[in-house]
Amino acid sequence: MPDMIFRQAINSALADAMSADADVVCFGEDVAAPGGAFAVTRGLLAKFGPERVRDTPISENAIAGAAVGAALSGLRPVVEIMFMDFMTLAMDALVNQAAKARFMFGGQCSVPMVVRTPHGGGLNAGPQHSQCLEAWFAHVPGLKVVVPSNAADAYGLLRAAIIDPDPVIYVENKALYSAKSPVPETLAIVPIGSAATMRPGRDVTVVAYGIAVRQALAAAQTLAAEGVEAEVIDLRSIQPWDRQAVLDSVRRTGRLVIAHEAVTAFGVGAEIAAWVGEQAFDSLRAPIGRVGSAFMPTPFAKSLERHCVPADTHVVAAVRCAVAYKSSRSPS
Amino acid sequence: MSGPIDDQGLLRLYESMVLIRRAEERLSRLFAGGEIPGFVHLSLGQEAVPAGVCAVLEHADSVASTHRGHGHALAKGVRVEGFFAEIMGRAGGVCKGRGGSMHVADMSIGMLGANGIVGGGYSLALGAAFAHQVKKRPNIAVTFFGDGAMAEGALHECLNLAVLWKLPLLFVCENNGWSEFSPVSRQFAARLSDLGEAFGIGSEHADGTDVEAVFAAATRCVARVRSGAGPYILECRTNRWHGHFEGDPQKYREASELAAARGEDPLVVTAGRLAARGIVEATLADVDARVVARIDAAVEAARADAEPDVAAAFADVYATGEIHA
Ligand SMILES: Cc1ncc(C[n+]2csc(CCOP(=O)(O)OP(=O)(O)O)c2C)c(N)n1
Ligand SMILES: [Mg+2]
Repeated sequence: MPDMIFRQAINSALADAMSADADVVCFGEDVAAPGGAFAVTRGLLAKFGPERVRDTPISENAIAGAAVGAALSGLRPVVEIMFMDFMTLAMDALVNQAAKARFMFGGQCSVPMVVRTPHGGGLNAGPQHSQCLEAWFAHVPGLKVVVPSNAADAYGLLRAAIIDPDPVIYVENKALYSAKSPVPETLAIVPIGSAATMRPGRDVTVVAYGIAVRQALAAAQTLAAEGVEAEVIDLRSIQPWDRQAVLDSVRRTGRLVIAHEAVTAFGVGAEIAAWVGEQAFDSLRAPIGRVGSAFMPTPFAKSLERHCVPADTHVVAAVRCAVAYKSSRSPS
Repeated sequence: MSGPIDDQGLLRLYESMVLIRRAEERLSRLFAGGEIPGFVHLSLGQEAVPAGVCAVLEHADSVASTHRGHGHALAKGVRVEGFFAEIMGRAGGVCKGRGGSMHVADMSIGMLGANGIVGGGYSLALGAAFAHQVKKRPNIAVTFFGDGAMAEGALHECLNLAVLWKLPLLFVCENNGWSEFSPVSRQFAARLSDLGEAFGIGSEHADGTDVEAVFAAATRCVARVRSGAGPYILECRTNRWHGHFEGDPQKYREASELAAARGEDPLVVTAGRLAARGIVEATLADVDARVVARIDAAVEAARADAEPDVAAAFADVYATGEIHA
C-alpha cells in the first residue's frame, strides 16, 4: 500500500467531492488563494475557480451561518474554521441553526454542510489555538462529529461527511497534518458511525480517536512486550459512535481504557464509560480508565505542554492499572 | 414593476395586511385563552412592512425572518392551516408542531424560518443569496430584522461579506423603536444608513405604516438587488402595538407614545386610499369576511388535529433517520 500524507488526503477528498458534485463549494479564511492556514485547500481555487472556492473575511459567525443558509438553499458547503478554538465564534449558527433546522422545521429540509476545523496541541500554539472541543458538538442533537486518525480515514470520512445530509463537524488533528500513513490503491468512503479495530487483543480494550489512536498503538506495542494484549479501537466517529464495536470488544476483554487528547472531564470518554457501565457492567473486570489532557488550558511552553497533553506512556499506565486490578467485592 | 400600483394591486396588499392583522388578533385571543403555550411576539401595527416587501418577491426568493415573524410567513405565502396548527402545537403544523411561533418555516416557498435568535437571520439569508449566485438563479434573499438586532455583531460581518461577494441580498429593518423593553435610543448608537454607507451599501427609508410606500421602495430595492448590483438596505419606521410578547403589560411605555403608535394604523391608511380610488366599503368588508372565514376554519382544524408524534420527532433529529444518544 502506498503512503499518503494526512493533509493531502483531505485535499484529495475535497477535490474529488467537488469534481463529483457541482453543488459542493468551499469557503473560509484564507482557503482560496493562500490555500489554507495549514495548506489543506491548496490548489482547489485553480481547479474549481473563484465561484466555488472563496476567501472570506475574518467572520466566523457569518461563515457558519452562510453555510447553513446555503445548505438550506441547494448547495453543499464545506467551510473551514481555521482553529477549533474559533468555533466559539460560530456557535450560534452551528448549535442553534444548523443542528436544529431539520427537526424544528418538521423534517422539511436537511442541512448538508461540513465544518472542517483543526484541533489539538503539540505545536506550542498556546491556550487559544490548541483546544479539543469536539465533545461540545457531540452533545448537541442534530450534529455529527468525526475525527480521523490516518490518511485513509481522513479521505473516507470527509467524502462521507460531504455526502451526508446532516451537518457534520470534521475535526483534523494539527499534529497529524504532515503524518504519513498507508492508504489503499483506491481511496474509499468511510461510513460515519463505524469504528475500526486497529489491533486485536484479548486483555484490554483501548478506545481512542484522532491522534490518541497512534498513542494507543504505540502503547499496545509496549504492553505486548509485557505479555498484555491490548485491542485498539479507532472510534473515527464521535457522534454517532460505534457502540456495538466497543461493546463487543469489552465483552471479550473485560477491561476498558478510553484515550483522547481532550480533557477527560465531561468528555467523550466520560460518555463511553457511562454507557459501557450501563450496558456491560457484568463484563467488566476492572474500573474503566480514562486518558486525556490535564485539566488546564493548553499551556504554551514546550515543557509545560508536554506535561499537559497525553502520550503513549499515559495509555500504558492506565492499561497496567486496569490489568493489575483485583476486585475486593465479595462473591455473592 | 414600475409606476403607481393599480387598484387590484393595492387591494391585494390590503388583503395581505388584513390576513396578518386578523391572524395575529386571533393568536392574541388564543394565547389569552390558554390555547397557545410559549412565547408569542405579535407584529400588530407593523403589517405594512411584510405585506409591502413580500408582495415584490418571487416564489423562489428567500426570506429569513425574526422572532416577530408571523407577518413575514403569511405574506410570503405560508398556508394559514399549517400556520395555525404549528403555533397551536399540532401534528399538522407546517413544522409538525416542533417549532411553534418562533420557527414557522416553509422551505418550498423560500421561507427560511422565523428565528429565536436575534440577528440569526442575517447570515442565513447571506448563505441563501450566495446559493442563488453560485447556482445562477435569478433570485434574491431578504433578511428582516428589528432595530434591536442592529446591535448584534453579525450585522457587521454580513454587510461586509455581502458587499465583498456582491450578493443579491436585501436588508430590511423593521424599526419599531423598541428592543424588548428598551427604546432604540438606548440600544443603538448609529444609523443604519450610515452603517450601510460605510460599506458602500445604499439605503432607502420608507414609512412602514404606509403599505404603498413600502411597496414602492421595496420594488426599487428588490429590482436593484436582483439586477446583480449587490446588497441594499431598506429601513422602515413602524410601530409595535402589543407588548414585546403576549402578556407583557408594557408598563415601560408612555401612554402618549403608545396612543400615537396606535393612531397610525396601516389598514386604516390603505382603506382610506382605496375608498378615494372609488373602491366601495363592501369590497373591503368582503376581503375581511373571507380572511376571517379562512382563519376560523384553520383554528377549528387545528383544535381537532392530533398532538405531534414523538417517534416522528426522534426520527427527524437526523436526516439519516437513525436515533443517536
Ligand atoms: C441572541 C439573542 N439575544 C437576546 C434575545 C432576547 N430577545 C428577543 S427579542 C429581543 C429584542 C429584539 O428587538 P428588535 O430586534 O428591535 O425586534 P422587535 O422585537 O422590536 O421586533 C431580545 C433582546 C434573543 N432572542 N436572542
Ligand atoms: Mg424593535
